[in-house]
Amino acid sequence: MRVSARHATLLLFLAAFAALPLLLPSSFHLRVATLVWIQALAAVGLNLLMGLAGQVSLGHAGFFGIGAYAVALGPRHLGLDPLLSALAGLVLSGLLALLVGRPILRLRGHYLAVATLGLGILVWLVLNSEVALTGGPDGIQVPRLVLFGWRVAGAETWYWITGAVLLLGVWLALNLEDSPLGRALRALHDSEVAARVAGIDVARSKLVVFVMAAIYAALAGSLLGLFNRFVTPQVADFLHSIELVTMVVIGGMGSTLGAIVGAAILTVLPQALTVFHDYEHAVLGLMIILFMIFLRQGIVPGLAALLPRRAVA
Amino acid sequence: MSTPIIEARGVGISFGGVRALDDVSFAARAGEVFSIIGPNGAGKTTLFNIVSGLYRPDSGKVLLAGEDVTALPPHLLAARGLCRTFQNLQIFLRMTVLENVMVGRHLHEERGLIPALLRLPSVLRQNRATRARARELLAFVGLEKRADDPAGALPYGALKRLEIARALAAEPKVLLLDEPAAGCNAVETEEIDRLIVTIAERGVAVVLVEHDMKLVMRISTHILVLNHGRILAEGTPAEVRANPEVVAAYLGRHAAEAAHASG
Repeated sequence: MRVSARHATLLLFLAAFAALPLLLPSSFHLRVATLVWIQALAAVGLNLLMGLAGQVSLGHAGFFGIGAYAVALGPRHLGLDPLLSALAGLVLSGLLALLVGRPILRLRGHYLAVATLGLGILVWLVLNSEVALTGGPDGIQVPRLVLFGWRVAGAETWYWITGAVLLLGVWLALNLEDSPLGRALRALHDSEVAARVAGIDVARSKLVVFVMAAIYAALAGSLLGLFNRFVTPQVADFLHSIELVTMVVIGGMGSTLGAIVGAAILTVLPQALTVFHDYEHAVLGLMIILFMIFLRQGIVPGLAALLPRRAVA
Repeated sequence: MSTPIIEARGVGISFGGVRALDDVSFAARAGEVFSIIGPNGAGKTTLFNIVSGLYRPDSGKVLLAGEDVTALPPHLLAARGLCRTFQNLQIFLRMTVLENVMVGRHLHEERGLIPALLRLPSVLRQNRATRARARELLAFVGLEKRADDPAGALPYGALKRLEIARALAAEPKVLLLDEPAAGCNAVETEEIDRLIVTIAERGVAVVLVEHDMKLVMRISTHILVLNHGRILAEGTPAEVRANPEVVAAYLGRHAAEAAHASG
């Protein structure tokens, strides 16, 4: 049954990925779709931590910010190639998660939430206040990505690149789910004590998934920086952390497809709701509340439950 | 007589000044059903929690296959062959019945991150083997028909058996069962009785905490009686039943049952 859910996820995503450029009328729409893929990448990673393993992170935008600023600061201060800088951002993000995760993942529930919140705020503070290094609240330019002499530019190009990276991220996440570690993470989500007596090293399993989620977020941040050619501390702020959590929750905790759908909703809706002018945030908030009332397991698991059982599951 | 596979020596622990266990020792051997009985609050589950690494004792030692494993974390004890079930069920309720047992195979699986992420053929082969073994164990406890149901949908008695199947998946040398028959009806209790005997016959040392005296007297090879955190008596079922102190402290209420079981 998990295997067919896995295929459904890959097929649905591939279909949307291939069809969207044909359906979207302008490069503006392609840019929005690109933003969806980027946010979805971070959400798919966060879903591994939150949905699969049940560990909350309210500071995930901090890792996103590290990735985003890596591609700005690496070339500027160290003279690194943007691609190499992105790689350095992933490593840095993973190392920070490894270092911080060891002590804070002992905490549970609200305590873990507050500890990760602190981590996120710390990263944001550094990005916001170290003006000489990061450009401060005004943000900083990101040089253009050049791959083996090819200057990466254009909405459609970025659409394909970010979508392909997301596809890879989705594939890896689905693979993880259907492995001993994936089962261990779902097990410790339900009962840590039972997981431990079954031989699962709970602390290590949590740490591995925390580092993975941090790397997903950093990669998404780097893509955003390279795509926008500009980053501000907003990429790492608390609101963005909350957005990422909201994407996972409304899409459906534990569902990779749900994380993508959640990212799409939270990215597209604010653009679509601009017709409500000053009330767009109120309408967005109301819609999130309605989603949670009527599809409380999240959109994807909620809708899947309405389908005949063997069809999706 | 063979050397004990699991042994507690002079184990004691206090909680907030209350001596929950004091100088408790026992030893169980492979193939044996070793029962721990006593009134509520006697310290049976506390002893289980110490032996399975969830609590660290203030005094005394726990030995597994002759090695000192006192306060080793549970996952390392599991790797050395000690598994347990819980009085108040610890099931992975959001996973399917089959997946619950698959988790029990964790220790016998290759757990490399990179092969898992890349979904190498070795991982697929292993998933198939794990699934097959889990199905065998579900058949053993009579739950094969429920394999693909969410565990949360099973009735209480079935969850008790599911926990046993999950623990067996780790291929333990020592299995601690904490009130496996509690809340089960007569038919389910008989089923669990049969399971425990079979498990012990296969060479596992079963350490059992149970209130159902009929069950305990019927299947135990040795019985340890605890009262107020201390050992009240130890011996074969016949010896324990004949012990006047045990009858006064505990068996009194169950005397009829116990007598019935011996008849």
